[in-house]
Amino acid sequence: MQHLFAASQGRVKEGTGGVYPNRDCYTDLMPFDVSATVLTNTRLSHDYNVLALAAPQVAAAAIPGQFLMVKAATGHDPLLRRPFSVFEILRDAAGTATGVSILVKRIGVSTELLYAAKPGDAVACLGPLGQPFTLVDPPAEGWMVAGGVGLAPFWTLAEALVARGVKTTLFYGARRAAELFYLDFFRTLGVDLVLTTEDGSAGETGRVIAPLDRALAARPADQPVTLYACGPEGMLAATASTAAAYNRRCEVSVERIMGCGMGGCYSCIVPMKSESGGFHHIRSCIAGPVLDAAQIVWD
Amino acid sequence: MDLSVRIGSLTLRNPVMSASGCFGYGVEYADMVDLSTLGAVVVKGLFLKERDGHPAPRIVETPAGMINAIGLQGIGVHRFVSEKLPELRARNATVVVNVCGTSVDEYAEVSRILSDAEGVHALELNISCPNIKEGGIQFGCSLIGTHDVVSAVRKVTRLPIIPKLTPNVTDPASFARAAEEAGADAVSLVNTFLALAIDVEARRPRISNGMGGLSGPAIRPIAVRMVYECRQAVKIPVVGMGGIMDARDALEFMIAGATAVQVGTANFVDPLLWQKMIDGIGGYLTRHNIASAMDLVGSVDMTRRSH
Repeated sequence: MQHLFAASQGRVKEGTGGVYPNRDCYTDLMPFDVSATVLTNTRLSHDYNVLALAAPQVAAAAIPGQFLMVKAATGHDPLLRRPFSVFEILRDAAGTATGVSILVKRIGVSTELLYAAKPGDAVACLGPLGQPFTLVDPPAEGWMVAGGVGLAPFWTLAEALVARGVKTTLFYGARRAAELFYLDFFRTLGVDLVLTTEDGSAGETGRVIAPLDRALAARPADQPVTLYACGPEGMLAATASTAAAYNRRCEVSVERIMGCGMGGCYSCIVPMKSESGGFHHIRSCIAGPVLDAAQIVWD
Repeated sequence: MDLSVRIGSLTLRNPVMSASGCFGYGVEYADMVDLSTLGAVVVKGLFLKERDGHPAPRIVETPAGMINAIGLQGIGVHRFVSEKLPELRARNATVVVNVCGTSVDEYAEVSRILSDAEGVHALELNISCPNIKEGGIQFGCSLIGTHDVVSAVRKVTRLPIIPKLTPNVTDPASFARAAEEAGADAVSLVNTFLALAIDVEARRPRISNGMGGLSGPAIRPIAVRMVYECRQAVKIPVVGMGGIMDARDALEFMIAGATAVQVGTANFVDPLLWQKMIDGIGGYLTRHNIASAMDLVGSVDMTRRSH
């Protein structure tokens, strides 16, 4: 885990001169393509499910913030894979990684198939892919900001931060109480929870940015904190501007329509600030999905 | 059993090439795929200068296919030569560069720079991109424009040149002839079909550019027909593509008249398809007792009809 993370930090990101000089680092992190058997399909609600997949190689290599490209259908329709954050790393009694799960929100044909998947089904699973979160060390705190299905990358991040002794908080917003998932897991891990719902059925009424702003306002400037955010684009932009207002580092895990996950198709671009004052497009599959919020050109 | 095929002066170790715009600059896949095992790596289209391309969303999935309008985002020919080509050389890849231009002069200048660089084996001329305002398809939809671009590039390079033709014309074969007369060593086709997908609820296009190019298995039978027609019209080799997902699809193009094939969209779905496809073609040749892949090219008998 530590070794892989160190290697990934040495991996040259897009636009910094090419990967060839760091080929060895690149190789360490090349993804596996496996036909993964569905172990369990846990329906969390009418819209959300968690699919547990037997994929030991992928599970052993994945680090917080990385993603998978999953193909729901076996034929040509739907044709393309879809990107999903690694949700949980599944382990056996001895602690050996045996698989991964993905948190799925039903929004289209592929997620419909994944919602309907049965144990024993096989899905093509390519990963782990992409750049991970940067882990902080104490005394810095880690504040995770999740909206809806944006909870997905924070199970593994919370585990990694807590393992390093980092005081960790999850700001978590959803439409309603029934869509706030796995609260007991985070509580048991020792993560502080700040919850919001749009209908007021749990936590504070409204969006997650309001309590985040208050918490940042109350925090002395000499006490370091790093923000990690994943969720709808508007929430990410608001988190980025809030973090900037309090001069705090913020990493966001972006979601884009993605064709391949490997840097081949140039679909999943994000406009990033250029030194010249303009912008340039990076591919969020290989330069992200975790990006420095301050470098993104938000709409 | 000999899998090698010839495109002008260039011999490919097998007929399977990556399609431009679907395999990055090749280096993205280099640790997962042994680039030296491909017939050729066709890299993403290059202009003289860097381009940012269109805003997101750039793709939308459609039945058995996808529409894209990337807008030819790219690093430009100079950065390609200095940053990507050394690794492609070191990986022993056969490199075909897709050359773009907004003017005849730009096609010639990019081609000249690539001809002077070590490790470029052929040039594919992109006169068929449907997604940019200037250049690309404006040359590929005019017989005179096609002739002018190919002639201008012919004057500056000895590398094999392969104009990539659009299917968005009534008679692609006439464009193959124009390219042949202007000195092309081969033609490749098809680029994508101009297409439109609409978000019915919002009543607006589903990608930022409005229209885009359709690829994937949905277009394959039309592409096979066009490859067949071009094969009948010209003596130079035809490189076929359009929705090839597996060895059987590749064989269909070869039997229709393609000397080599390119694989694009399928690489997004399965980045490890290459060896399976090459082995599948080899297995077919063995099973049918065909000595050379070249013997398969254009072997369809249109007088015999399945019934």
